[in-house]
Amino acid sequence: MKSDAEMTWQDFEIGCIVTEPGSARAYRTGDWRSSAPRYHFEYCIKCGNCALYCPEGCIRPNAEGHYEADLYHCKGCGICTHECPTGVIYMVEEEE
Amino acid sequence: MGKKIGIEVSLAISEAAKQANVDVVAAYPITPQTHIVEKLAEMVANGELDAEYIPVESEHSAMSACLGSSATGARTFTATAGQGLELMHEVLYVASAMRLPIVMAVANRALSAPLNVWGDQSDMMAVRDTGWIQVICENGQEALDSTMFAFRIAEDKRVLLPVMVHCDGFYLTHVVEPIEMLEQEKVDKFLPPFVYPLPLNVEKPVTMGAFAPPIIYSETRKAQEVVLRNSKDVILEVWDEFAKIFGRKYHAIEKYRIEGAKTVLLTLGSFGETAMVAVDNLRAQGKDVGLLKLRLWRPFPFEELKEAVKDIENLIVVDRCLSTGGPGGPAYSEVRSALYGEPVKPRIYGYVGGLGGRDVMVSEFENLLKQVEEKVKTGSPQEFELFGVRG
Repeated sequence: MKSDAEMTWQDFEIGCIVTEPGSARAYRTGDWRSSAPRYHFEYCIKCGNCALYCPEGCIRPNAEGHYEADLYHCKGCGICTHECPTGVIYMVEEEE
Repeated sequence: MGKKIGIEVSLAISEAAKQANVDVVAAYPITPQTHIVEKLAEMVANGELDAEYIPVESEHSAMSACLGSSATGARTFTATAGQGLELMHEVLYVASAMRLPIVMAVANRALSAPLNVWGDQSDMMAVRDTGWIQVICENGQEALDSTMFAFRIAEDKRVLLPVMVHCDGFYLTHVVEPIEMLEQEKVDKFLPPFVYPLPLNVEKPVTMGAFAPPIIYSETRKAQEVVLRNSKDVILEVWDEFAKIFGRKYHAIEKYRIEGAKTVLLTLGSFGETAMVAVDNLRAQGKDVGLLKLRLWRPFPFEELKEAVKDIENLIVVDRCLSTGGPGGPAYSEVRSALYGEPVKPRIYGYVGGLGGRDVMVSEFENLLKQVEEKVKTGSPQEFELFGVRG
């Protein structure tokens, strides 16, 4: 499948209908981010509160069971840092 | 030949939708469109028409319901007028961009304020950039025929665009005319069942109306521009087919007595019927006058216009809509723009009148033709003016 930058006007389905389910996943919303979450996992109680509040739905347990954002989709809103009951998450500014 | 009966034009439009065997009608009643949807609601209620009639709370909802219904592959019809067309304005763009072949009758009406429910083309001109095909009717027979061929054009695989059928409010909608009705077996031959290529279907999920960031939006617009422009070939083909089956031939621009005509009126919609009488009267006095009637508003028939005016010296475009603070009536400015690059073109004069249901009499069209002859003699600038206004 062509990337958005390669698509020409002739490449669309009728009415720009998207025929591949779940293809929005390929859209890198992480590009919008100016700051990214970092973690003190030693305080993580694995409650999953951050994942519930994440508007992007991009937080899942990692191999150790700690909740961590997928940076391909994380927009850097910081809601998770506010919602974490034990103060695991903090935001750091990202450079270009 | 179909049976010729006396019927109110609104009811003839409802009859065409019924004969097209529509699956869904979602509409909100508004003057002067009311009789069209009232009749359809009655047909559904009494079992005459096997369709869903969705009574909605506004025109915005009417068009939104039509989107959903058409997206499932259901043949969908609605009708509106004036303020109603404006209230559904944003959804009109969605219907065309999503390529949903909804057919809508528009009983052309003036826009508020002041509140005015009468015939006027301000509403249809305000939606000219929404990406719909727009066809204008001059009389009741055309209203019936156009509603029918609108489905065939809209649903053609090469088109798949929504179509508006424009009838001047009251001048057409509320008038009883002798109309040759369509025979059902011919309709069935003319209009195949509607099959949408990528419908909403739980077995094969699709996303409709997805978002497009700057990197791709321009390409989506180009795709829409090309399909609307190319739809003209299909429209002409459908009119040929319609003529073969029903015996009435339609053209993008209808010509009336333009052989040898030097000064020619160009009208849209019901003005044409009155202007024909004016042309007849002046021809009887030996004047070289004629009439062009624009049927296809979108896609705009550039080639047909150029061909139609090639031997004309003076063209008078009469609009029933004012582009306030702009270059005159919308048809006038578009016609001028279409002919601007031609090496040889007629002088083009614009008149705006008949607003908000003001009647325009035969004598007034005769006056416009005479006035322009004077303007040519005196070398007056080719501008537009409002006519029939006191003060």
